Amino acid sequence: MELVCPAGTPAALRAAVAAGAHTVYCGYADDTNARNFPGLNFSRAEMEAAIAHAHAQCAKVLVAINTFPRAGDPGPWHAAVADAAAAGADAVILADTGLLAHTAEHHPDLRRHLSVQAAAANPDAINFHAEAFGVKRVVLPRVLSVQEITAINREIDVETEVFVFGGLCVMAEGRCSLSSYATGQSPNMNGVCSPASHVAYDEDADGTLSARLGGFTIHRSARGEPAPYPTLCKGCFTSNARTGYVFEDPTSLDASQLIPQLAKAGVSALKIEGRQRSRAYVAKVVRAFRAATDALAAGRPIPPGTLAALTEGQSATTGAYAKTWR
Amino acid sequence: MDLTVGPNQFFWGAETWRDFYAELADEAPVDRVVLGELVCSKRLPFYQADIPGAVERLQAAGKRVALTSLALVTLKRERKLMAELFETGLEIEVNDLTALAHLPEGAAFGVGPLVNCYNEGTAAWLATRGAGRICLPPELPLTSVTAITAACPAPVEVWGWGRLPLAISGRCYHARLHDRAKDNCQFVCDTDPDGREVETLDGQPFLAVNGVQTLSAACANAAHQLGPLRNAGVSALRLSPQSAGFTAVCRDFRALADGRMSAAELSARNLPDAPGGAYCDGFLTGMSGVAWSQAG
Amino acid sequence: MPDSAVSFPLAPRPLAAGLRVLPLFPLAAPLSLLARRVIAANPGLIERLGVYGACRFAIDPTDLPLVLLLHPHPSRARITVHRRPPAEADTRIAGPLAALLGLVHGTWDGDALFFSRDLVIEGDTGAALALRNAIDDAELDLGAEVAGLAGPMRGRLAPLIGLAERVTRLPLRRTREV
Repeated sequence: MELVCPAGTPAALRAAVAAGAHTVYCGYADDTNARNFPGLNFSRAEMEAAIAHAHAQCAKVLVAINTFPRAGDPGPWHAAVADAAAAGADAVILADTGLLAHTAEHHPDLRRHLSVQAAAANPDAINFHAEAFGVKRVVLPRVLSVQEITAINREIDVETEVFVFGGLCVMAEGRCSLSSYATGQSPNMNGVCSPASHVAYDEDADGTLSARLGGFTIHRSARGEPAPYPTLCKGCFTSNARTGYVFEDPTSLDASQLIPQLAKAGVSALKIEGRQRSRAYVAKVVRAFRAATDALAAGRPIPPGTLAALTEGQSATTGAYAKTWR
Repeated sequence: MDLTVGPNQFFWGAETWRDFYAELADEAPVDRVVLGELVCSKRLPFYQADIPGAVERLQAAGKRVALTSLALVTLKRERKLMAELFETGLEIEVNDLTALAHLPEGAAFGVGPLVNCYNEGTAAWLATRGAGRICLPPELPLTSVTAITAACPAPVEVWGWGRLPLAISGRCYHARLHDRAKDNCQFVCDTDPDGREVETLDGQPFLAVNGVQTLSAACANAAHQLGPLRNAGVSALRLSPQSAGFTAVCRDFRALADGRMSAAELSARNLPDAPGGAYCDGFLTGMSGVAWSQAG
Repeated sequence: MPDSAVSFPLAPRPLAAGLRVLPLFPLAAPLSLLARRVIAANPGLIERLGVYGACRFAIDPTDLPLVLLLHPHPSRARITVHRRPPAEADTRIAGPLAALLGLVHGTWDGDALFFSRDLVIEGDTGAALALRNAIDDAELDLGAEVAGLAGPMRGRLAPLIGLAERVTRLPLRRTREV
């Protein structure tokens, strides 16, 4: 089972490789990738050095070019693909149909993975992308249960990669414009969701912390309560006089205990979310999951989760992998 | 400027549904109607038998008719449903690329607003595959609309009216708000014919939930952008059904497109029945989607 | 660099008491020197700040009676020292000294500290995020930098920093396992 780990910076990439990542994914420092956050990502020179470092340690590097090219300005996206190919990336992770077609045509030897942002949620959509664009692996949307993943793998020829840890999109990825509705910036177009530039915190006299996004108050925590980042789909709202987490609690995904089931379901690779997290976080999570995949390979039980303190709002869920989540 | 009526996004009872399309056929001055189930396959059996009659009546009234695909296809029976769509012989509006996998060689199809067509590269690829028309994602700014329209051989349509489809999920929020599982939803979304409003902690209307779909609370209204959209080469506006006053919306947009009514008058006349009682048009030219170009 | 600055976290309580009564301005020069040294050795730091490179960052160790204001610059970076968060700050990152040091040294994860409210961010959240990510990538070791400042005394200072770390349990050096 391949472990695919996040790196927002060269330091995080080295930390992930040192902690046992089989594969690291990262992106260029512009809006061609879906973690276009302040202070993150790789320059061209950093990417080349990072790939060389990873390859020297027998780890692979996947370059995420998984936003949707700006109309009238496809240059940065085409350049990102060409530069990733030239830098020796083991694959590119793409979401946009036009960019997939471009890459298949101009860089036929560059391995193509279908990003979760393409939301290919069934065998027909996956086979379609495999046939049309020669996609070799698909990152499955986080809307599927383990049974559905099993069924999908029976009907497709390409590899599947699933998220096992970290931030959790409750919407079908790549098909959500909540963020741009509130802030003008979206994952699909700008590579950011609920961007920090539009976040404001206010702590009042009694210690209550209010979090606003684009001027909308979507979270309040009393003194001493955890303060989740104000991501829209995990905000607190009111509907018909009922106040609560309408879409999802401020929780994050931990499917470490499901790894044996996912392996049985035919999954090829496990993905850890978190390119925006620190190298300390990446090292800890990667080490824990490498222990889990090594246990799996040796036929031992998965060590129980020790990562609660690193998860959002200090709680974790198995998300859509359990059908009751819906 | 053509007018297209998009598929009803909400869950209405069969009688309401029938009456809506009968009135649309007989009274609404629109060019195309897309109908069928977009949001949740569980709703379809409630009105599926009424679709052929509605199609016939709309066609008899001189309107072009297309059937929509589902927006998110995961279940086996949903995949089967997608395959069956093409057997109807009607034009299909694809709102999930899954439907393309079932497309018979050479069959014409339309592309709906829930397909991620963000640029001319994707538009060109879709046109090569046989897309006869493309309704762009509502999130796109006017600059993108202009660039795509300039390069796209197929006619381009833009979201003109109605609550904006902002997200689709595997999880049903209506069921969650009623403490029910999706598999035991008991079809609670039928109690909110224009979606259920969600407010911020400061009490501002913000979003609306509609089963597995999340919409804007405000009603998008591109009336004030008609000139720029026309200049961009956009050939149709999409009007999205609402539970009250929809024929009036269609008539007024016809009058606006024909130069018989001002955007200000259209906006004032249709505000009382507009879902959410407020407008937005910010995705086209504003700082954010929720922005309204006519705000004081 | 005066010994007092090096002994900062050595004895935080007496230090906090001392800082309450002593003037703060003598701290500005050595801290600015440290900042310039760190930036010179890690040019990527300023690059990563991007559009936030001209921002003023208030670093507020809540268990000390002072606030540092960082003015980043490729060659003329400065740190000024204040009693209260100055109005000119674009963003303020506040938390216990140990949390702030641990963030710099890769001991702890910024997001996790933030969720638990050990860290508080006010003002421009994007700027704070950029600084955190830039520092995380730089793999800084303030202990080594301070020792480096001591010039010929370096060899004698390094073990003292190690000792200080053990005594105060503050993360004064880069976490080794990363």
